[in-house]
This record gives sequence, structure tokens and C-alpha cells, in this order.
Amino acid sequence: MVPVEYYVGLSAILFTIGTLGVLTRRNAIIIFMSIELMLNSANLLFVAFARTFEALSGQIFVFFVMTVAAAEVAVGLALIVAVFRTKDTINIDEVSSLRG
Amino acid sequence: MAPVNLNDLLTILPAVFIVVWACVLLLVDAFAGALGKRLTPWLTALGLVVALVLDVSAAGVQASAFNGMLEVDGFSHAINVLVLGAGLLSFFVSYDYLNRQGIAKGEYYILMLFSISGMMLMGAAADLIVVFLAVELLSIPLYILAAFAQPEPKSEEAGLKYFLLGAFAGGFLLYGVALVYGATASTRLSEIVAAVAAGLENPIFLLLGAALILIGLGFKVAAVPFHMWTPDVYEGAPSSVTAFMAVGAKVGGFAALLRVFIVAFPSLGVDLAPVLTGVVAATLIVGNVAAIAQRNIKRLLAYSSISHAGFILMAIVPYADDAVHRDTAAAALFYLLAFALTSFGAWAVVMTLERAEGKGLELSDYAGLFRKYPALALAMLVFMLSFAGVPPTLGFAGKFFLFRAVLEGGYVGLAVLGVLTSLVSAYYYLRVVVIMFMEEGKPQAAGSPLLNLTTGLTALGTVGLFFFSQPLLDWATNALLRLF
Repeated sequence: MVPVEYYVGLSAILFTIGTLGVLTRRNAIIIFMSIELMLNSANLLFVAFARTFEALSGQIFVFFVMTVAAAEVAVGLALIVAVFRTKDTINIDEVSSLRG
Repeated sequence: MAPVNLNDLLTILPAVFIVVWACVLLLVDAFAGALGKRLTPWLTALGLVVALVLDVSAAGVQASAFNGMLEVDGFSHAINVLVLGAGLLSFFVSYDYLNRQGIAKGEYYILMLFSISGMMLMGAAADLIVVFLAVELLSIPLYILAAFAQPEPKSEEAGLKYFLLGAFAGGFLLYGVALVYGATASTRLSEIVAAVAAGLENPIFLLLGAALILIGLGFKVAAVPFHMWTPDVYEGAPSSVTAFMAVGAKVGGFAALLRVFIVAFPSLGVDLAPVLTGVVAATLIVGNVAAIAQRNIKRLLAYSSISHAGFILMAIVPYADDAVHRDTAAAALFYLLAFALTSFGAWAVVMTLERAEGKGLELSDYAGLFRKYPALALAMLVFMLSFAGVPPTLGFAGKFFLFRAVLEGGYVGLAVLGVLTSLVSAYYYLRVVVIMFMEEGKPQAAGSPLLNLTTGLTALGTVGLFFFSQPLLDWATNALLRLF
């Protein structure tokens, strides 16, 4: 059995990649993908812990999270499409007009 | 473990009713033709009133539902009353405003109902997974509402920014929940405490998890340094949406923060106190100082709402201190009530003066308001004084109770910082007053019966309820009895 530390390490790496992606990338779709990576790194953590605890609850949570992520995709992509139609770009620096 | 039964649903009846009602209204709006579309807003208001009645009639009921995932007690009742009241006020300010802006669509009210159900669940959540689900239920409709004026570019941009940063915050919150689960083998607040008391294998997971949860909820309540989205989103979103989310998202976020930290993480008080103090100080300073430079009333109110988040967060700093936290939490509830009333009033005035294409939102557009519309200017005066914390307004009572509770806990530094930043805030609030009363100008107001009614009622409430501050604080204190 793979020790739980490995899963925790992998999940921490994925979470960091996701966070850095949100902070450094400028394309709205890629930012959004990075956010999904963050959610999935948490999912990995849930499943790994659930296995060590021999409890089902952590595995069930993953289904909740996947449902929420799906709802977020539906709303998020619709927003991105709407912005693209008005501004012909999804680069968030070029979209940004609100300042002060 | 018992399966879900009818009793569970009845225990959280107001929230269930709101969800079912929203689903029914979706059908009414889509299939009942022109009449249905005209009725949707009014049916929404009716639903909110019914839910409020259901909640008040069940006041005093204390129960847990869904195997302890939800906890119905005085605290959740108080949050329900606040949130449903905020929903009703948003209906009042939205109805004519949306017609005037040409964005009146039924789904606006339905999305509002869904968001409200999320806020209600935030107040009752006794499990970290429910906190996460409720945050998302609260937020996802708000992302759509922020972009509701599309294809208006500013509104779309607000929606996109709110969505990206909100989802980002959701990621932090969820990772925090996962780490706490890893530390304690449970996400139930009561079981987390029990696990901590029994000793943990990896206490660092618990600390990291709590910190990430703080970040996630900090985004929702717009605490510095997680506030970057606030001014842009508040400015870009339709004003009626801004009014709703300024109050609703804050009430929901603080409800979850209070319950989660007080119930689940008292053991981390010593470790988190410096972090929390830093966040409070940064929020108070950044919010109040940045507001001084604003020329746009929506941005000014955005920074003002950030600073108020700082004041309320002050109440969470001593959360692990048994002797103090009941008083500070009650003061926080009271402050939320004061903020909700004042904020809706101020936004109602902003909406009255807002014209098509985002005109009428500069501070200079308020010049000469007193001469032309004395009642409106007097109402705005009341709201500005309440925001600044000048008696006799609810805002003063809120600050007074808060600082008193914090001082009694021995957090003198916090209270001093609060008073100093209040003084700074008086500068920009009173500048609005000076512009309204002293300068010459030709403001144009587009009042409507419902908007005027909201402005009048909230102004009366802000002043009138001040004289009932003590009973209201007692109500808040009683609401918290079961929590501890």
C-alpha cells in the first residue's frame, strides 16, 4: 500500500501548481483550469485520508465537490463566453477596465 | 445512522421552503406566460415573507438535522431573520431599478432566492462540508447576478472577476476542509473538538486547515488582503445586486466564521490570534484609507464595506477566549444588523440618483442634493452618520457594543485602532454630506414608490432602532446561548 504521505505530498504539489497558475496566468480559461486543479488536489487528499481512516465519508465528499465543480464550470464558461463576445478577448488584463 | 427523514426537512423548513419556492418560480416564470413574468417578483417577496413567518414561528426550536450536519438554534434563527430581511429589502430596491435599467427578468429574483438559501444554510452548518456547499450555493447565483446587466461590459467584467476570485477562494476553503479532515478524521464541528481533545497525530494539518478556511471565508467577507475583487465587482455589478451581496455575502460569511471558529477551533486561539489581529488591522487601515481617494460613490461604499468587515472581524479575534467571546459574537451579530440596514439605505439612495449608462454615480453628482431633494439628502445624512458611527444611529450603537466587548476582553490595541480608523472614516463620510448640503449642483433623482419606501424605512430604522439597542443586543446574546 502506498503510504499516505506520498498522496499528501502529491496533493500539496498539485495545489501549489494550481495556486501559482491562478496568480501568474492571464488567460481566463487557464486560470479556471488552475482552480479546478486546486479543487481536485483537495479531492485527492479526501480520498487518501478516507483510505487511511478506512472511512467512507471522505470518498463521499468527493462526489459533492465534483458536483459543485460542474456547476461552477457551467456558470464560469458561460461568463467567459459572454465576455469574449463583447470584448473579443479573454485575457484578463485586456478585459479589465474597472480601476481606482 | 438514520436515513434522511421528513423530520430533518421540517427542522430546516424555512431554507427548504425557499429552495422549493425558487424551483416553482422557475416554472412559473418560464411557462405561465406574460402574467407569470409579471408575478415572479411579487411571488418572490411573498415567498420571503412566508419563510420569515415560518422561521419566526419556529423561534426557540433547537434541533440538529441530517445526522448533525445542520444545527438549528438561536444563532441560525437570527441569521435567517437577517438574511430573509435582506432579501426583502433587495426585492424593494430591485423592482423599479431593474425596470429602469431595462434588465428586469424573472431569473434575477429566482437566483436571489437560491443565494439566500445558501446564506441560511451557512448559519446552520455544523459540518465543514456543509459550509463548503453552502458557500458555493451562496456564491454561484451571485456570480450570475453580478453579470446580470450583460452585454454591459462593466457588469460582465464584474461577473468574471467575482467568479474567478470566488472560485479561487473556494479552492482554499476546500483544501482547508480536507486538511482538517486529515487531522481529525471528521468534518463535523463537534467531532473535530473531540478529536483535538483526544490528541492529534498531525496537529500541523489542523492549523494549516484552519488557516486555509480563514482565507477562503476571508475572501467572501472581503477582508484585506483578500479584498482585491471588492471595489471592481461592487462598481461593475448592477447596484441592486451590489446592495444584496454587500449584505448577504457578509452575513453568510461571518455566520460561518463565527460558528466554525468558536465551535471547532478553540484550541488554535493562541496560534491564530496574531494572524487575525493582523488581518483586522490591515482591513481597517486599507479599507478606510483607500476610501478617502474615491470619487465614485459605488467604489466609496465598496471600500466602506471592506472597513466594516474589519470591524466585524474584530469580534472574531478573541474567539477562543471563553470569558469574552459570547459578548463579542453578540456584538458582531448586532453590528451585522446595523450594517445591513444602513447599507441597504445608502444603496437605495445611490440607485435613486443613478441614471442610464452609469451616470450619476460620481460624488459631484450629489452636489446640491439638499436644496433639490431635502428628504433624500437627510436620509443619506442618516446613513453616512450611521456608517461613521455617530449617535443617534444604529451604527454608533454597533461600534459602541463592539468596542466595549473588545475592551472588556483586554484587547485595548484593537479597540484603539478601531476608534482611530473610525475617525478617518468620518472624513470621507462627512465629505459626502458636505457635498450634498453645501455645494451647488443640479442632481437628478429618479425616485419610485418602492425605492423611496426603502430609503424612508431604513432611515427610520437606523435612527429608531437606536433607542432599542439594548433589547436588540439582548436578542443577539440570547441567540448565541446554545452555540457555546
